[in-house]
Amino acid sequence: MNTKSEGAYQKVVTARGGHRPMGGYYINRMIDNFIEFHGDRRFGDDAAIIGGIGFLRNKPVTVIGMERGDTMEERMRRNFGCPTPEGYRKALRLMKEAEKFKRPIICFIGSSGAYCGIDAEKRGQGEAIAENLYEMMGLKTPIISVIVGEGGSGGALALGVCDTAVMLENSVYSVISPEGCASILWKDSSKAPEAAEALHLTAQDLYRFKVIDKIIEEGSKSNEEICSDLKSFIIEEIENKSKLPTDDLLKLRYKKFRKIGVCG
Amino acid sequence: MWGRIMFNLFKNDKENKIENITCKKCGAETPSDALRENLMICPECGAYMRMGAKDRLNMVIDKGSFKELDKNIKSVDPLSFPGYAEKLDAAKKNSGLIEGVVCGEAKIDGIKCAVFAMDSGFMMGSMGSAVGEKITRLFESATKSKLPVIGFITSGGARMQEGIYSLMQMAKVSGAVRRHADAGNLYTAVLTDPTTGGITASFAMQGDIIIAEPNALIGFAGARVIEQTTGEKLPEGFQRAEFLLEHGFIDLIEDRRRLKYTLSNILKLHTKGW
Repeated sequence: MNTKSEGAYQKVVTARGGHRPMGGYYINRMIDNFIEFHGDRRFGDDAAIIGGIGFLRNKPVTVIGMERGDTMEERMRRNFGCPTPEGYRKALRLMKEAEKFKRPIICFIGSSGAYCGIDAEKRGQGEAIAENLYEMMGLKTPIISVIVGEGGSGGALALGVCDTAVMLENSVYSVISPEGCASILWKDSSKAPEAAEALHLTAQDLYRFKVIDKIIEEGSKSNEEICSDLKSFIIEEIENKSKLPTDDLLKLRYKKFRKIGVCG
Repeated sequence: MWGRIMFNLFKNDKENKIENITCKKCGAETPSDALRENLMICPECGAYMRMGAKDRLNMVIDKGSFKELDKNIKSVDPLSFPGYAEKLDAAKKNSGLIEGVVCGEAKIDGIKCAVFAMDSGFMMGSMGSAVGEKITRLFESATKSKLPVIGFITSGGARMQEGIYSLMQMAKVSGAVRRHADAGNLYTAVLTDPTTGGITASFAMQGDIIIAEPNALIGFAGARVIEQTTGEKLPEGFQRAEFLLEHGFIDLIEDRRRLKYTLSNILKLHTKGW
């Protein structure tokens, strides 16, 4: 059996895995008649976030997913899946549109984090994430967020304010990358496995902490099977949440995050 | 315009002992009491030094008007994170505080408001469950009593020692800010050096009005991390208050000596309608 620290870090490695499906896969496979919408109508279009509308089974939804791409060329174009402020602003624009037309929202999260660069800072990376947190807390339509890969800090949370939080069995979600944590703590990023363990970032940890509501088992299932299980769960959740009066939905969303934290 | 600052609201604190403080910019040594009286601005070169939460509150609120709230909420170590318990002990000694934020109700030029002040002396003002809980409660109580909120912000970001709990505080506080705003209340954020990471990506950027102190470091990603990841050379003044003003992310930069006046003016402008 693996030691504990190998366990947590192995999840990180799996979550980041080169061929692990990200947002684009789930959108294509789960959503019928998908139309991709581009741009934040402010500055540009960020290819690290795919957004648009389509049918989930036979009902319209807005879907937003982080995507890093498969080939090196595509990965460059998509910034390796690290969203810029334009990505978050596009997502918010599409979410507001969803609210207007009473469409539920599904977010797929898988990214090492918000893009880190001079231009992103110039155009307000922090402000873009802050705005999403603020607005998503009040969006009058159900939001389901699914961590499919690495949930990298604030850049992941920017699509993670939701009514139902789901993680795939081998996904992770953390305040900081294990490498970043290890280099701050021990000035040695090669101690990432120990840091991964200390951070408690696995889906199982987060479920135990009541930070997420559901784990979709991966086991030895194929990607198609995982996607199909996820789809069934999302449909069920949207049906449940859609029955709630808007005020109740928002109260429950507030409470969901309000109760998180442990202090003395 | 407004008189000599009183520093006797919080008695018997560590900061009331006099020692020499060295300016990091020019090297001048100034006795701490004189420096405090000069609002922690170096009398030699004018550089702004960091202020503790209590000094900060003393600087702007009316003497004797402060009523501290949730004073005893403190951090625990939910993940048994390596070294965290020791860091918390050191932070308490270093800052003389129980946690990295002080919250309460006060008056500024006679106008009642809710205030919070973060303290960079307490684990660089980082936000774990306790800081998130205190600020959330402050917004909730301010919503209930229809009070404007003024927040003095300084923080390195979410506190990694509490893992996912810290990250989720960003969403939790954002929810409380949103409810406060939906009820029509004013929130003014005062960004001081440094304001970074998850704090910039949440309540620091959610103010109706966002004020910054001159030269304060304000950003999301760490400058060194950006340099290492992208190999780009950072422009002069990168992530300083003036840089954010130029790019349209803050309302104004205010001199520390005028801060009380400006905050009081803002409060007055939000008390009477047509």
